[in-house]
Amino acid sequence: MPSFLLDPIVITVALGAALLGLTAGALGTFAVLRRESLIGDTMSHAALPGVAVGFLLTGERSLPLMLAGAVVTGLAAALFSLYLSGRPRIKRDAAMGTSLGLFFALGVVALSYAQRMPGAAAAGLETFLFGQAAATLRSDLVLLGCVTLVALGAVSLVWKQAKLMTFDPDFAVAAGADRRVIEAFLTAALAVAVVIGLQMVGVVLMSALVVAPAVAARQWTASLGAMFWLAGAIGAASAVTGALISALSPGLATGPLVVLVATAVVCVALVTSPRRLAQVDG
Amino acid sequence: MQVLFDDIGFVIMATGVLAAGSTALLGSFLVVRGQALLTDAISHGIVLGIAVTFLLTGVTTGPLQLLGAGAAGVVTVLLTEALSASGRVRRDAATGLVFPAMFALGVLLLSLFARDVHVDPHTVLLGEIGYVWLDRVTLFGLSLPRSLVVLGAMLLVNLTFVAAFYERLSVAAFDEVQAGLHGLRPRAVTVALLGLTSMTAVAALDAVGVVLFVAFAIVPAVVGLLVARRLHGVVMVALLTAAFAAVAGYQVAVWLDLSIGGCMAAMTGIPLLLALTPVGRAWQMS
Repeated sequence: MPSFLLDPIVITVALGAALLGLTAGALGTFAVLRRESLIGDTMSHAALPGVAVGFLLTGERSLPLMLAGAVVTGLAAALFSLYLSGRPRIKRDAAMGTSLGLFFALGVVALSYAQRMPGAAAAGLETFLFGQAAATLRSDLVLLGCVTLVALGAVSLVWKQAKLMTFDPDFAVAAGADRRVIEAFLTAALAVAVVIGLQMVGVVLMSALVVAPAVAARQWTASLGAMFWLAGAIGAASAVTGALISALSPGLATGPLVVLVATAVVCVALVTSPRRLAQVDG
Repeated sequence: MQVLFDDIGFVIMATGVLAAGSTALLGSFLVVRGQALLTDAISHGIVLGIAVTFLLTGVTTGPLQLLGAGAAGVVTVLLTEALSASGRVRRDAATGLVFPAMFALGVLLLSLFARDVHVDPHTVLLGEIGYVWLDRVTLFGLSLPRSLVVLGAMLLVNLTFVAAFYERLSVAAFDEVQAGLHGLRPRAVTVALLGLTSMTAVAALDAVGVVLFVAFAIVPAVVGLLVARRLHGVVMVALLTAAFAAVAGYQVAVWLDLSIGGCMAAMTGIPLLLALTPVGRAWQMS
């Protein structure tokens, strides 16, 4: 075994990447099946002001606060786009683009303010744009691990309702499921999926890590359960590969590498899929 | 005259107005057609075009880059369409796959091979409008900032295109089948619109970067849709919103010492919020 694989920093980076790849990939399943891939893009860009505000609150790098801020602004952006698309003549994609553009702009402004504070460079705020695997600390692993456990545990608790709501919302409502609760839950799950990888993959490309593994998994299986875990595995593998390459070559941002690995898996999946010639409905 | 173009504040504001205006002009038609997020895909896709053009020819500016990167923007859209037409991946997921992959490859190539050039990933993402006055060209005996000249030309081209094809653009904006029946070749107009949008994104890149471009392409058009009833009204309101945002954004940025590009894009939010208030709504009704 090459000796660098035993390096504690490399192990930390790989473990962190595996956790976030697993969570983002698995939770992305619902987003892709519910045709919400681009909401993920809106949320990940909208996470930037939250990260900056999370930093400004304490003036130091506190990952839980920054990620909490990211969830709040990400969800706020999703809600704002929902409100806008309710207005006459405003289509859903224009509403999402408005939300994405405005929240990201606010993030850039907040970032430029935060960078004047002492300690901003040490907090690695810039790395939240394109991601930096090497910025992962040992203490972050506990947080990533807890989020992964809670997110996957919560999904397994409402698995049946979420499945019904994804494939047949009308029947789900008729069967007594509360549509708003389940939809809010799935949107929150998407927000968590997007936010968990921000530090390593960056706000600009994080949504691709939510979408690509699910799309790849969908080519190989038609079962929701199998797709969920396969997407998680693909996400973990892509994130670990990308993170290790970037951790070993200083100066290479992690986000682009992770996304390119995940996209390569999608290409392989598209070519080798057993459904290659069949028309797809799902 | 020259005094004006040596004034840094004026140059930055003028660059912002031209970038925001030429973007919002084409953005209006894309938003009305329900293709708002194509601007997101295009603005990311051009980064791969910039990287490839640089690797092949070594240019980081000029008409060659404009064409190469502009073509990449169109390719992004066509690839997305082809992937979703294959029936294997839905449209939203196809969009969410193609442009991040092209953007990621572009950023990677730039950070590997173009580190010392001004097209580094950070500039591509956010723009550096604060420095646009440094890079100058001489025209008509005047020393002018390059961005200002390029964006001015871009705005003229876009205005000419819109004026020449307004009818086709507005028909195709609402009903592509109908436009086809009238022999208006909606597909050709669409591709031209996408091509010009891509070139505008390249021209505006120094000023506003990839993501803020999206704000200028979409938000002013949405404001227009909220307060104006007819298409030309939508376009006018979008242009006014864009110009206001660029000027007001610069003032706020200088006042509070914040990111200029970020403030310009964020300022499009003020007219949007106004349009969403009861006053804005009443205006739309009348």
